[in-house]
Amino acid sequence: MSGFDETLLDDADETVRVRFIVNGRKVACEVAPRETLVDCLRNTLELTGTHAGCEMGACGACLVQLDGRAVHSCLMFAVQADGAAINTIEGLTESGVIADLQAEFHRRNALQCGFCTPGMLVNAHELLLQVAQPSREEIRDALSGNYCRCTGYEAIVDAIDAVAKARSEGGGAT
Amino acid sequence: MDIEETAVKARAFSYFRAATIDQALDAHARAGDDARFIAGGQSLVPALSLRLQAPRLLIDITHIDEMRGIRREGGYLRIGALTRHCEMLSEPLIAEFAPLLHAAAPFVAHRAIRNRGTFGGSVALADPASEFPAMTLALDAEIEIAGATGTRRVKADDFFLDLFETALQPGELITAIYIPLFKADQRFAFDELARRRGDYALVGCGMLATFAGERIDDIRISFFSVSNTPTRVRGAEATLIGSSLDAERIAAAQAALEGDLAPPDSDEVSPAMRLHLARVLLGRVLGRLGEGA
Repeated sequence: MSGFDETLLDDADETVRVRFIVNGRKVACEVAPRETLVDCLRNTLELTGTHAGCEMGACGACLVQLDGRAVHSCLMFAVQADGAAINTIEGLTESGVIADLQAEFHRRNALQCGFCTPGMLVNAHELLLQVAQPSREEIRDALSGNYCRCTGYEAIVDAIDAVAKARSEGGGAT
Repeated sequence: MDIEETAVKARAFSYFRAATIDQALDAHARAGDDARFIAGGQSLVPALSLRLQAPRLLIDITHIDEMRGIRREGGYLRIGALTRHCEMLSEPLIAEFAPLLHAAAPFVAHRAIRNRGTFGGSVALADPASEFPAMTLALDAEIEIAGATGTRRVKADDFFLDLFETALQPGELITAIYIPLFKADQRFAFDELARRRGDYALVGCGMLATFAGERIDDIRISFFSVSNTPTRVRGAEATLIGSSLDAERIAAAQAALEGDLAPPDSDEVSPAMRLHLARVLLGRVLGRLGEGA
């Protein structure tokens, strides 16, 4: 049986090499096992659009797409993501897939300080991929794990609702 | 001040990604049991970050194929331990053969947590406020456990022992959970009371009943957030078996909760308040069961 090498236990904080695809580009970096994915993205890869808020999965500011699904990047270690495809807010912005959401957030002032916005957008993006025409209640439910400490929720729900309607009518929201 | 003293960061550990169950068990044993298995990590990572736990080795089990997949096996649905909460919502086999899990899933944390959290991990942690451990009790599930001496199956009724304490021994791993297949003469219902959606419930309840016409032949009712463990309310169950679900029977079941539950004192909710909420919720969920929900 292959696998576990006991010398690993002597090197608890020694960095290991991980490889993943971030925003469509192959990336390799050296991380300590205890380094969270959000710290790796922000500090090593300098993708600071992903925000580290509560660092315990409550606030939603650190959401990224991991293999196509929204996850908290504070609730996993970078080593766990070895081999995965990750999209951060920078990648989603570049590709244009959330351009209508961003424009509608802008138009409706659905952000004040902006700290929660990347997480809100990653979450809203996944919601609209899964549910074409969510009710306002469904939008609120989907956002229940994203805190906006400026309490701008009403405009955020309005913006997502407007984009859902515009998309289902075949046009853009802008 | 040194950032190490202030930041919310885990203590240093080594990381090993296991490819098989045997590799995972072997690594745990060779780390002198100062190791933790990590699956979805949605409860473990915060515990590590807050240094409530500080193992020297983290064994990643999420790439073990034997622990994946959902399939029928005899009279059971075998749900691999690595099944994610979001799959409870999307998998047709769950909706057909374990609909109580499908009904409970939207109440489990938030969407992004459900995208990573696993069924086996939730049952292994046995958080008394979690939905799925309590539902394994209502469903009369069996938990498949792998360890150094082989594999065994433990009934959910015998699995949850005390606060975060289960029949799992150090170094053992939940590999799958077996749910008796849902039958045509059965009904289920679920609900919970929480201050906000996605918060831990103040009290929650799920049930599975077998009917003969309108008469209840058998019923299992399980509560969560009421005690140190998920809790079956056997007194309330007994008042319902052999009867149809009328207002009088529901009131009797509600009254029986006083003998079934002894909620602990907490800063948030007094025992009397929690018992009251449990009664209200039981009446509501039984009403829905009567309507065939």
